[in-house]
Amino acid sequence: MNEVREGKKEEKRYGIKPLVIALWFALLLLPFNGLRAALILFVVLSISIVVCKFLFLYKKIVFEGLQTFHNKIKTVRVFSAPSALMIRSLSLIFLFIFPFIATDYFIDVAILSGIYIILALGLNIVVGFAGLLNLGFVAFYAIGAYTYAILNTRFGLDFWSALPFSIGFTTFAGFLLAIPALRLRGDYLAIVTLGFGEIVRLILNNWDSVTLGPNGISGIAPPVLMSISLGKLSYYYYFVLSLVILTVFVTRRVYSSRLGRAWVAIREDEIASSAMGINTTMYKLYAMAFGAFWAGLAGATFAGKMQFVSPESFTFMESVLIVSMVIIGGLGSIPGVILGATILVILPEILREVQLYRMLALGAGLVLLMTFRPQGLLGGKGVSLRG
Amino acid sequence: MLIVNYSSGISQDIKNLSIEYFIFASLLQNVISFCYNLYMLLQQLINGLTLGSVYALIALGYTMVYGILELINFAHGEIYMLGAYLGIILMVFFTAIGLTSYSLSLSLILTFLLSIIFCASYGFTMEKIAYKPLRKAPRLSPLISAIGVSIFLQNYVMLTQGATDKVFPHLFESSTVTFLSVSMTSLQIFIILTSAVVMVSLRLFVKNTKIGKAMRAVAQDKIMASLLGINIDTVISVTFIIGSGLAAIAGLMVAMYYGLVNYFIGYIAGIKAFTAAVLGGIGSIRGAMFGGLLLGLVESLGASYISSEYKDAYAFIILVIILLVKPGGLFGKAELEKV
Repeated sequence: MNEVREGKKEEKRYGIKPLVIALWFALLLLPFNGLRAALILFVVLSISIVVCKFLFLYKKIVFEGLQTFHNKIKTVRVFSAPSALMIRSLSLIFLFIFPFIATDYFIDVAILSGIYIILALGLNIVVGFAGLLNLGFVAFYAIGAYTYAILNTRFGLDFWSALPFSIGFTTFAGFLLAIPALRLRGDYLAIVTLGFGEIVRLILNNWDSVTLGPNGISGIAPPVLMSISLGKLSYYYYFVLSLVILTVFVTRRVYSSRLGRAWVAIREDEIASSAMGINTTMYKLYAMAFGAFWAGLAGATFAGKMQFVSPESFTFMESVLIVSMVIIGGLGSIPGVILGATILVILPEILREVQLYRMLALGAGLVLLMTFRPQGLLGGKGVSLRG
Repeated sequence: MLIVNYSSGISQDIKNLSIEYFIFASLLQNVISFCYNLYMLLQQLINGLTLGSVYALIALGYTMVYGILELINFAHGEIYMLGAYLGIILMVFFTAIGLTSYSLSLSLILTFLLSIIFCASYGFTMEKIAYKPLRKAPRLSPLISAIGVSIFLQNYVMLTQGATDKVFPHLFESSTVTFLSVSMTSLQIFIILTSAVVMVSLRLFVKNTKIGKAMRAVAQDKIMASLLGINIDTVISVTFIIGSGLAAIAGLMVAMYYGLVNYFIGYIAGIKAFTAAVLGGIGSIRGAMFGGLLLGLVESLGASYISSEYKDAYAFIILVIILLVKPGGLFGKAELEKV
């Protein structure tokens, strides 16, 4: 008797709860989407919740089905599992012959993702290695780009003689921001760096005599290497590719050096690491400056590629995009960050129709990622997001 | 030239006379310009007070959530933006069904109530989806999740309502009250009074009601509060609901005041309100009110006396200075790092 009653109760709960949830979300949608969309959402949501509940009730059967399916795949896979070395060499070969097989448009996208990879790897040093959330990283990128733009258009310096200034100036800016900012912890640091990014953008926008204001600086010369102009897309592709390889190489070496290990120690436990004799403030300073270094390089490369810079390219959204690249790929993981940057640059280009929904999906994706996989797609288990 | 030649004989007299005139005139001019400057100052003070009370309302949401969860609710500014949009949408809807021509005040009251209810539900849902699963996660996870929510809401509004400015329907003329040649629109008075009433009632609510006491207890010590039988989930939900409701009021009043709303107003207003909360000492309700008013005054005075181009930068500069010099804020308690 009792069992029957409980069974009925259970049934009743499963009957009403999905409707309530669906009704709630439909009501939330009502003022912005109108009545029709809300009704559609209500129907779709209630059906899908019921289906999910149904699957949940019969999860044993579903799991068994999936298991047999999975086993089948496994047996197929055994024959064609490529080794890591083979994948690596194949992808390297692919990267080198890429300009011969791709159209200009895809080379353009590849160059852009290369620049973003450098940028994301730079941010990865700050956020991933040292655990300092920097929400104003785009400011360094902007400083690098504008330094090259101004030196080239005003003083006629070519790329190679302007590059040290670009990088040096950006690194210096990194130091300058780090000195006050490092006294703050976790989320406060994030807000102050955000403020820094916004101040730099406002200066670029309003200091008309130097930065030409919102119109931006145009007519920047592309870099020249051994009297060959890199203005051609495929040449620029190889140039960016070599810079990416350099960045990956250096950041990997630094990561496994004494410096990198100190950063990881600070990220995992600042108090313990300072007790072990690490000068935490100094090492955090190095992290900020070294991250800014790569942003300067990426900025100058970006200015050389676009031959035009304007404050519009350096908004807060850009900062968020770079942070998302690092987080989606996996904090602290170099292949992960490369993957994240590539995904976020290439995906919207491939799926032109969903361009509008790109940022919407990015926002939802960040929330879901933090809930279900906070270490990112390729992140290791050792990384934690301590503030 | 001729006149000068003729008058050269009597020029001495005129000079003596004109010096007195000149002194008098320059004195008069100084007095006038002083009065004008004073008038400008008073005018800017009133503008700043209006802006500041809006900032204070948003800052309350930040400070309450931070006090309880130690989380910078990055998406709080977006709730304010949603409130502003809801005001416009509802007013347009009421105009369409003819309620505004029947009774304007009734439709205004309904708009306020519905915006508050909707925004409170947005805040409630946001907490349940984006923050609750991360309550035990490391500190940066909820912050990133909050950034995700913020991007999501901004783009949701952009997609459904369009990227262009939305205009608040022009339904009533705002009359001007002039006192000692300083003018104040009735809307400004309404904003300042409403914020004052809301803030006082919030203070009474937190101080005297049972749930308010529970909120203070949770802010002090979450584990101890739960041991004493306080349902923490309920308290956190209530905090988000109240904060979002206050943001809705602020958004609606700003939509009425400026008449224009865009989908990115939430980000910059949110940052400024956060600055206000930090300025007053984050976690302190009194501090958020004071910080908001102070920030509004600084911004409107800075815009008129220093440079209006860098209007948005003042908040950040104040934020950096406060965090470096007095991280606890003006009313906050100094925080001790627990190991």
